[in-house]
Amino acid sequence: MKNDALFEYCLRLGDTSLILSQRLGEWCGHGPILEEDIALTNISLDLLGQARSFLTYAGETEGKGRNEDDLAFFRDEREFRNFLLAEQPNGDFGVTLLRQFLICTQQYFLYQELSNSKDSSLSALAARSFKETTYHLRHCSGWVQRLATGTEESRQRMLDALDSLWRYTGDMFDTDELEKGLIKSGIAPDTDLIRKKWDTRVREVFSEASLSIPENVFQITGSRQGRHTEHLGHLLAEMQVVPRSYPGAVW
Amino acid sequence: MKNLTEQEREKKFQERIDRGEIIEPKDWMPERYRSQLIRMMSQHAHSEIVGMLPEGNWITRAPSLKRKAVLLAKVQDEGGHGLYIYSGTETLNISREELVGEFLSGKAKYSSIFNYPTLTWADIGAIGWLVDGAAIVNQTALAKCSYGPYARAMVRICKEENFHHKQGYEILATLMKGTEGQKAMAQDAVNRWWWPSLMMFGPSDKDSPNSAELMRWKVKRFSNDDLRQRFIDRTVPQADNIGIKIPDPMLKFNETTSHYEYGPINWEEFYNVIKGNGICNRERMKARRAAHTDGRWVREAAEAYAKKQTAKGIEA
Repeated sequence: MKNDALFEYCLRLGDTSLILSQRLGEWCGHGPILEEDIALTNISLDLLGQARSFLTYAGETEGKGRNEDDLAFFRDEREFRNFLLAEQPNGDFGVTLLRQFLICTQQYFLYQELSNSKDSSLSALAARSFKETTYHLRHCSGWVQRLATGTEESRQRMLDALDSLWRYTGDMFDTDELEKGLIKSGIAPDTDLIRKKWDTRVREVFSEASLSIPENVFQITGSRQGRHTEHLGHLLAEMQVVPRSYPGAVW
Repeated sequence: MKNLTEQEREKKFQERIDRGEIIEPKDWMPERYRSQLIRMMSQHAHSEIVGMLPEGNWITRAPSLKRKAVLLAKVQDEGGHGLYIYSGTETLNISREELVGEFLSGKAKYSSIFNYPTLTWADIGAIGWLVDGAAIVNQTALAKCSYGPYARAMVRICKEENFHHKQGYEILATLMKGTEGQKAMAQDAVNRWWWPSLMMFGPSDKDSPNSAELMRWKVKRFSNDDLRQRFIDRTVPQADNIGIKIPDPMLKFNETTSHYEYGPINWEEFYNVIKGNGICNRERMKARRAAHTDGRWVREAAEAYAKKQTAKGIEA
């Protein structure tokens, strides 16, 4: 039972990084500035590295011989556990950066806490990921400020981005019984604590950027149960097409 | 050198070149040397950037997470090379903005090879092995060119290109050990990329308008045909090693010259692609122009923000 829960938890961690990495990878070669093209790819690479580690560990925990690729390429939509926010389309650069900021702030505090996990593999992976995320957070916070206070147009685009993304932020803190169990046993960090830290940091960055936290926005959740938005299916169809077309092939 | 005539300056410049001296940005140089270098270097930088597109086409579909990571890193390297060469070109007194403007308007060219489509995963292997392999031969020669910033950029870039070359070859080697479908995919990709890779060295020097002048200035150190031959000689045995067939029925090793002889190159195809009739010419330019246009508001915002910060006395 404990292993089942740990497997599920690792999927949640790995899938969010994987799907977000896939989204950022779509930008490669199309960025607004060459330096930023390179930076987005950098973040995408870091996230992919995290995804590979967490999925590999998930496979080991499960004990059925599945490796990172089996888990990435041969699961269907309903089996994915990434945040709904991660799968949202790139939109314009403002949407991408705001999405990144909102998720990497969560990852920053999550990894910080998870590095104290009683599970030594998770704590080691979290400590490494925390270092990478520190850079991502700094980079994204800078851009949120730049875009929100740059020109009238950039500000309007950030307000639009906020309007389209905010409703998926609650999903990142949706805690189910499985996670409560892991929190109790000291494997997963307390979601409420992370939410509080996330909230404080987002308010700080938004206040610098003269943005307000949207109030009374209905929050769409479901990633814990694999209930996704329609976007995930298309993303997976593209990501998984080659391995599924050549079953049993080695790449 | 104040009192020298233009002709005397050029003579002294040529003497420096002949002695094997390296020209640095602050040195006097003929206007034509400067403009030729701007043409070559910027064309090279644009090629790195456009080159991100055909490979970027497979990032979202790479067949394993490891392959995806390697491909992401590789395409990112190409962006870095573009950045590096743009900076090198700026030492010739021209801004990146101007260079990019000339590219987007269609005035400046980029390597024709990137107007071919990447149709299957094996194309990523073929590009790394053949296209980067050809680029390495070209760039190793350029690393000895007379202009310091360009030569140094090439030394650094060649190191990374060697990794790219290996990863491409390794993709194909893995496919050739795989299922019949994978082997066919690898062979098909090489069939499509072999001849365009040979064309990357340009037409024979007798048909290459800039060659004589560039050779005299030691910007170019070897002829197009010599470099092409070097590429073929080193590549054919690699193909044999993994069971790939080079799609040239006339290809054979000449024991006397120790070189491979090869069949005629279809230069009509080459000129056609240069003229804009390649499968992807329009898509590539469209993608680059879209990135530029869609990114305008981001660049404007960053600039406006930086100005506001400067006004506040803060470094943005």
